[in-house]
Amino acid sequence: MSGAPGDALVRARKLTKRFGSFTAVDGIDFDVRPAEAFGFLGPNGAGKTSTMRMIACASPVTDGDLAVIGMNPASQAREIKARLGVVPQVDNLDTELTVRENLEMYARYFDIPGSVARSRADELLEFVQLAERAKDQVEPLSGGMKRRLTIARALINEPQLVILDEPTTGLDPQARHLLWDRLYRLKQRGATLIITTHYMDEAEQLCDRLVVMDKARIVAEGSPLELIERYATREVLELRFGDVKRASLDGQLQGLAERVEELPDRTLVYTDDGEAALDEVHRRNIPVQSALVRRASLEDVFLSLTGRSLVE
Amino acid sequence: MASPVAVATQGGLGRAWDVVWRARRLVERNVLVYRHQWIVILSGVAEPIFYLIGIGMGLGGLVRTVGLPDGRSISYTAYVAPALLATAAMNGAVFETIFNVFFKLNFRKTYDGILATPMGISEIAIGEMLWALMRASLYAVSMLVLMTALGLILSPWALLTLPVTLFVAATFSATGLAGTAFLRTVQDFDIPMGLIVMPMFLFSGTFFPISAYPIPIQVFMQATPLFHSISLIRGLTTGLMGLEQVWDFAYLVGFFSLAMVIAMRRMERKLIK
Ligand SMILES: Nc1ncnc2c1ncn2[C@@H]1O[C@H](COP(=O)(O)OP(=O)(O)OP(=O)(O)O)[C@@H](O)[C@H]1O
Ligand SMILES: [Mg+2]
Repeated sequence: MSGAPGDALVRARKLTKRFGSFTAVDGIDFDVRPAEAFGFLGPNGAGKTSTMRMIACASPVTDGDLAVIGMNPASQAREIKARLGVVPQVDNLDTELTVRENLEMYARYFDIPGSVARSRADELLEFVQLAERAKDQVEPLSGGMKRRLTIARALINEPQLVILDEPTTGLDPQARHLLWDRLYRLKQRGATLIITTHYMDEAEQLCDRLVVMDKARIVAEGSPLELIERYATREVLELRFGDVKRASLDGQLQGLAERVEELPDRTLVYTDDGEAALDEVHRRNIPVQSALVRRASLEDVFLSLTGRSLVE
Repeated sequence: MASPVAVATQGGLGRAWDVVWRARRLVERNVLVYRHQWIVILSGVAEPIFYLIGIGMGLGGLVRTVGLPDGRSISYTAYVAPALLATAAMNGAVFETIFNVFFKLNFRKTYDGILATPMGISEIAIGEMLWALMRASLYAVSMLVLMTALGLILSPWALLTLPVTLFVAATFSATGLAGTAFLRTVQDFDIPMGLIVMPMFLFSGTFFPISAYPIPIQVFMQATPLFHSISLIRGLTTGLMGLEQVWDFAYLVGFFSLAMVIAMRRMERKLIK
């Protein structure tokens, strides 16, 4: 039961998911260590949700090995699920129950006694700031409120491993920061988190380590800092040109930096010294509308690895 | 993921009982939902009573007595009442498993949420059946009470009516569950309701002995579970028990088992991707 092989809480080897002849997850390897926050990044359709669902025992593994808390999802799903908290990408609250009933009933599925369920429900409703809506039906809640209820529901069994598939999509900034704070505290108490997100600030804030998935495979792995060091330069010069046709600028930016990335609305110049690059742009009389020097971030890593901008 | 069918068939009685025991949570959930909607359930209690009064007493004025194969004559109301009892059990079970399960399965995604807990597909399927069974038994008990009050129970065999009616309800809830997992759209409901449930209700010897119909209809009806349910329950309340009723029971056991296996397979197919 306890003591996962190799100390990993979740261990995947050649993990594969196929839907018919389509391969959604193509033989990926990863280890999630106890008490860490592990992130999955990647563009739409990369296979993140498919991977999360296999870990959550919601979707059978097609091929390869997967151990979750040292157990096999194919034969010990119930034991595994008892120790998981799952926030699915799409809310699946019980719309025939009230807000409070959603939490209490969920607790009952975990065989949590009624009195404990009630006090946990109180505490969680407070945490996700839905205490005043406790008696309301779920359907009329706003999207963000439903999300918060889904998150509260996932914590009702005080899970050892929490799987969060885009947990903060649809949340306002305040609710996001509250959730980050709560997740941080959960981790402090020894819980392990697996998170997918399209928000790079969230990944940098929360994740100790992460993998970037693209087209069903893992294309990079490391801590946010390691990834930035490996796949981006120290600084980035962002240039906006307004109406000027950028095609005509191509030649002019040559030799300016290690790498130049063209986005629809701006051009990114990867360099270790942004100010120097900007001076050079001015010296070459390139007509920029605005310029900004900033530190490289995970977003730049993402861009360089997947060739896609995050915000689609 | 262990197949629910495998769990049910190879896991042994102990494991099967564990599943049933855990499935009570789903009953708990449905009680919570219906706490605010008792009127819906009560209308199901009223329906067979209206039929009994409307048709039993109305037609009973014209027909008066029905001759049984053993030579006895019984009142038309006593003839029709057990059939309405069987039909009430069927309706309670089928409506619950077809309509409510369909929406939870396809639109509400309720089961996806529940499946993230230690509950599995077997627990969900059996939980829904248990609940349908409870609903159907409420209908059955109220009918039985009424029949007793009206003096329509003619034999001590009737003591077995309640358990048999529950078994009939179990058969129909498994059948409904098996059927609902095949339905795709709301419009599809018309198929089981209009083409199966309704004709069964009319032709299964509910209101007349099936000998009133042409042979092909008789043969066809003898293949349906409602026909055998009515024949069995009528046997119990009127005391007309014979080999035929043994066959009715055997048929229902077979039908129930088949429906269970199909229901589990389909639910699994529908929920696991
Ligand atoms: N049930 C399914 N049947 C068939 N194909 C599926 C199914 N679920 C997912 N896929 C396919 O698998 C691929 C990966 O999907 P997945 O949901 O894992 O991506 P994702 O990385 O979570 O994307 P997003 O960022 O949009 O959530 C997609 O091409 C998707 O169409
Ligand atoms: Mg996804």
